[in-house]
Amino acid sequence: MRPIMPSIISIKNLSKTYASGFTALKTINLDIERGEIFALLGPNGAGKTTLIGIICGILNASTGTVTVGGHDIINDYRAARALIGLVPQELTTDAFESVWDTVSFSRGLFGKPKNPAHIEKILKDLSLWDKKDNKIRTLSGGMKRRVLIAKALSHEPKVLFLDEPTAGVDVELRKDMWQVVRDLRASGVTIILTTHYIEEAEDMADRIGVISKGEIILVERKAELMSKLGKKQLVLHLQKPLEQIPPDIFGLANLTLADGGKELTFTYDTQGERTGVTRLLADLNRLDIRLRDLETRQSSLEEIFIGLVSDNERAATGAQS
Amino acid sequence: MNGRAIVSIYKFEMARTLRTIWQSIVSPVISTSLYFVVFGAAIGSRITEIEGVAYGAFIVPGLIMLMLLTQSTMNASFGIYFPRFTGTIYELLSAPVSSFEIACGYVGAAATKSVILGLIILATSWLFVPLHIEHPLWMLGFLVLTAITFSLFGFIIGIWADGFEQLQIIPLLILTPLTFLGGTFYSTHVLPPFWQKVALFNPVVYLVSGFRWSFFEISDVSPAVSLAMTVAFLVLCLVVIWWIFRTGYRLKK
Repeated sequence: MRPIMPSIISIKNLSKTYASGFTALKTINLDIERGEIFALLGPNGAGKTTLIGIICGILNASTGTVTVGGHDIINDYRAARALIGLVPQELTTDAFESVWDTVSFSRGLFGKPKNPAHIEKILKDLSLWDKKDNKIRTLSGGMKRRVLIAKALSHEPKVLFLDEPTAGVDVELRKDMWQVVRDLRASGVTIILTTHYIEEAEDMADRIGVISKGEIILVERKAELMSKLGKKQLVLHLQKPLEQIPPDIFGLANLTLADGGKELTFTYDTQGERTGVTRLLADLNRLDIRLRDLETRQSSLEEIFIGLVSDNERAATGAQS
Repeated sequence: MNGRAIVSIYKFEMARTLRTIWQSIVSPVISTSLYFVVFGAAIGSRITEIEGVAYGAFIVPGLIMLMLLTQSTMNASFGIYFPRFTGTIYELLSAPVSSFEIACGYVGAAATKSVILGLIILATSWLFVPLHIEHPLWMLGFLVLTAITFSLFGFIIGIWADGFEQLQIIPLLILTPLTFLGGTFYSTHVLPPFWQKVALFNPVVYLVSGFRWSFFEISDVSPAVSLAMTVAFLVLCLVVIWWIFRTGYRLKK
């Protein structure tokens, strides 16, 4: 069993209602563990950016409290913010400054003394070193995204927020970025990321939080989430096509026939005490249904995520009607 | 106190000034020179002197004040509005800096630029008219104080403005008319008695009057009153800025 790490961010009863009356966040309670990569997933408008904005000091909360490293984000904002690096979703960069100047500016803004060696390391890690004297407006979108990451890392934060860090970034750059993120995590930095590329969350995250309509609907360790909610499928490729599934076969309700009767798929629960795979195979043998090949498939995080969000939306619609 | 943040913002803003040196420094100097040509040479040749001071020299403090007010306001307002417009304000809001420190950085840079500009215009004036400054320290004091006050004012406008039009509207439609009507090119004593009273409601009268006193020891109102009014406006701007950051007005939703 994995030891429970102390939380570095603690969110209690946080809510946000905008002046327009729109409630972006309903009572949020969440703890982010020190040193983890936490992926916050949710559809557009679910409240991800609002939540990050409040923690980082960009938005005011309506109710509730947030502490970062034990420091209240309002009463002890200097200590709290000094721990945080933020990479915003929008490509909001200066235009006329050089890469070096804008990253150095960020470090100064956070009250850190000059450290050209650190800035150099960040720029090299992010493949920005040869662009250090370029004006930001001359850079591509992907490069600007890297500049934002470099700025966020300039003051050596202990917590890094990455709000859609790979949006509009090509595959090669993405790989580099994730390597930087892995290195940061290895150095003890806590990372909170939102992404629309769920396979990235699946690949990177230790824990997953799903937010929908301003509510955290699930927080789970990724492996547990996938095994708990993940359905597994056994796909059997048959030597001779079946016209229909034999009625006396085990697991009839969980079997589907496809590919002109040549593909029999059995869906089972990985958490069940007995999956039924052995009995199914025994029945196939009894019925003299011969196999050409077989494979198993597991639900992706994306499928799990879509299922969760649509369940939540159905529940919300049901509650209203 | 995050002194490094103040220095960073200050340097960032000063670098912006240096990048736009033509717009920042050269253009106001050319404008002032044109004022001298038109008001000093063309009109000044018909007005010999006002209250014992040659007309060309008389308008120097007013001209410097005209540039000081508009440039301080525009510099500071643009300085804080631009990050709001581009979205880079997120970094200021998420950094461990107080409102006071942010204002110090932006206002300090805008005021520095204005003071340098004022001194350049003063030097330019020497090319056109002989000048003698009676109270150089007071002159410098009024210059710095006004630059800071109107940079604070500009900072407020930069936060209030919701578009480039609003950003321009206060300097163009309020400040410039107030400056022209505030005794820049004349003494308010030449106005009819009723308009002299009305002029006292114009805050620029006090600024120009105090500044002119430091040059020639002539003034429309007592220099002490000028100083008090400038300081009062400065305090008012500080209070408004404190309130803006406390409530997050136009900065935080």
